[in-house]
Amino acid sequence: MIKAVAATGQLGTGFKAETLAHAAEGADFIGCDAGSSDPGPYYLGSGETQSSDAAVRRDLELMIAAGLRHDIPVLIGSAGTAGAGPHLARTVRIVRELAAEHGWHFPLATVDSEVSAERVVRAYREGRLSPLAGAPDLDEESIRAAGHIVAMQGPECFADALGRGAQVVVAGRTSDTAIFAALPMLRDIPPGVAFHAAKILECGAASVVERKYPDSMVAFLDPDGFTVEPPNPDMVCTPQSVASHTFYETADPFRLVEPGGTLVTTDAAYAAVSDRAVRVTGSTFEPTGDYTVKLEAASLLGYRTVVFAGVRDPLVVRQIDRFVATTNAVITGKVADSLGISAADYRIRWNVYGRNGTLGPLEPATEVSGHEVALLIDIVAADQQTAQAIGSVAWHTALHQPIPEYSGLVSHLAFPVSPPAISAGPVYGFSLNHVLHLDDPAETYTLTVESV
Amino acid sequence: MTQLHQLARLIRSKNAGPFELTIDVMFADEASYRRVVDAGVLDAERIAALYRVDPADVRLFRADVALAVKVSLPRPTPSGSPTDTDIFGGQFHSPIVCLEVP
Repeated sequence: MIKAVAATGQLGTGFKAETLAHAAEGADFIGCDAGSSDPGPYYLGSGETQSSDAAVRRDLELMIAAGLRHDIPVLIGSAGTAGAGPHLARTVRIVRELAAEHGWHFPLATVDSEVSAERVVRAYREGRLSPLAGAPDLDEESIRAAGHIVAMQGPECFADALGRGAQVVVAGRTSDTAIFAALPMLRDIPPGVAFHAAKILECGAASVVERKYPDSMVAFLDPDGFTVEPPNPDMVCTPQSVASHTFYETADPFRLVEPGGTLVTTDAAYAAVSDRAVRVTGSTFEPTGDYTVKLEAASLLGYRTVVFAGVRDPLVVRQIDRFVATTNAVITGKVADSLGISAADYRIRWNVYGRNGTLGPLEPATEVSGHEVALLIDIVAADQQTAQAIGSVAWHTALHQPIPEYSGLVSHLAFPVSPPAISAGPVYGFSLNHVLHLDDPAETYTLTVESV
Repeated sequence: MTQLHQLARLIRSKNAGPFELTIDVMFADEASYRRVVDAGVLDAERIAALYRVDPADVRLFRADVALAVKVSLPRPTPSGSPTDTDIFGGQFHSPIVCLEVP
């Protein structure tokens, strides 16, 4: 039997120190997912991380200490949010600093899964890329425009690192499940069991009935199935909570596509083995002859300035659509007149919260029913200076934009911050949603093992 | 008239990757689940109309074991694109919360 521990759902979001300490007793490994494409393309494009170094250091310190105490591996996947080179380097630096601080010594493996644009262009020419649902159109220019391209690795990179004796593995972009499926599969747990358990573990305590705060999760795997049991005594799993979590953020609840095949949960059975533990059996894995890794990329689209303002005057609120349209036309004219910038050279959008700011054109409500609305004026231009210049024209114009009901100078917008135009930095867009067909699972990662 | 949220224990949406959305409607009891499923409240045509997508692109799943219905569809725009309004896709379930269930 394998005891697998997930420290938390995302490295840097925390867990209770006592929960992990308790979970690590008798465990075979501790894993943690550190990334996702969920927070948008910015992190992949820019090389920045979602969680601060301080928050990541806190979680890693407890995880590595527990790993060393019990002499078990600690596995991190999708380092630093997006798992590209800069994210991996930042996480590895924190691990090295912690080792130096504590006088820890262990074999450290790093798995670099960033791929060069030239490599992807070559694959494109060779017909080795296949689009996934909703993939953007692709050409060589759009591939080369990417800030970073990562290849989402399967469990092989972790197995490879463990085979080389690594105790701590920090990997760039991997599938969430790869982190937790690798070691059990090395120890003869069938892939159907390993991947399903991994899917439950990768979100930490998210599969409990009510996750009041992020925390650790435990699964016990054997060749016939696995049992999931929260190590925090205040949390409980039920068959329904675990079954429900199998469906979380996956388009098809019964078929989870992995690099080497598909986890099929159609016939999975979920049974309570206590009032807080659930036994899962019946999942299978359909291997595909074709090994594919998903590619993610983000390209720079421009630089953003945002203006946030409240509108409370009922005469403006009741005609907010007309107010926005009229003001936008005046702004476009002023930007052309005073800055010499054509409307084709920047984007300006108005999100009207209280009207349709959240759903945009999908908003079914046709009327503003509240007493105030918030405006987000979002400007994207070729450089930050230009975006700021347009932002200044935009907020000043909107502030004093007249309405027919009043005569005399008005100030319609309530800005909660100074300056009203906030420089929001570079803007990226996801530019790949394709799989790359490989001859060998090891083709798109580079494993390095060192002693720290 | 009963609305969907009065029968469900959870209605949520989330990205399924940056280019797709998935909506989960989960029930606490078999009777509520069966009532919504049998009434055909969440059919591809209705979802397609609410989300302005081709009905052929709407995928519906029923998971009896979890008392859950899942609807997956293309995102209105990729997550984080300049026209996106919801990076995580966490509020896109809103148009179905108050659907009426016969």
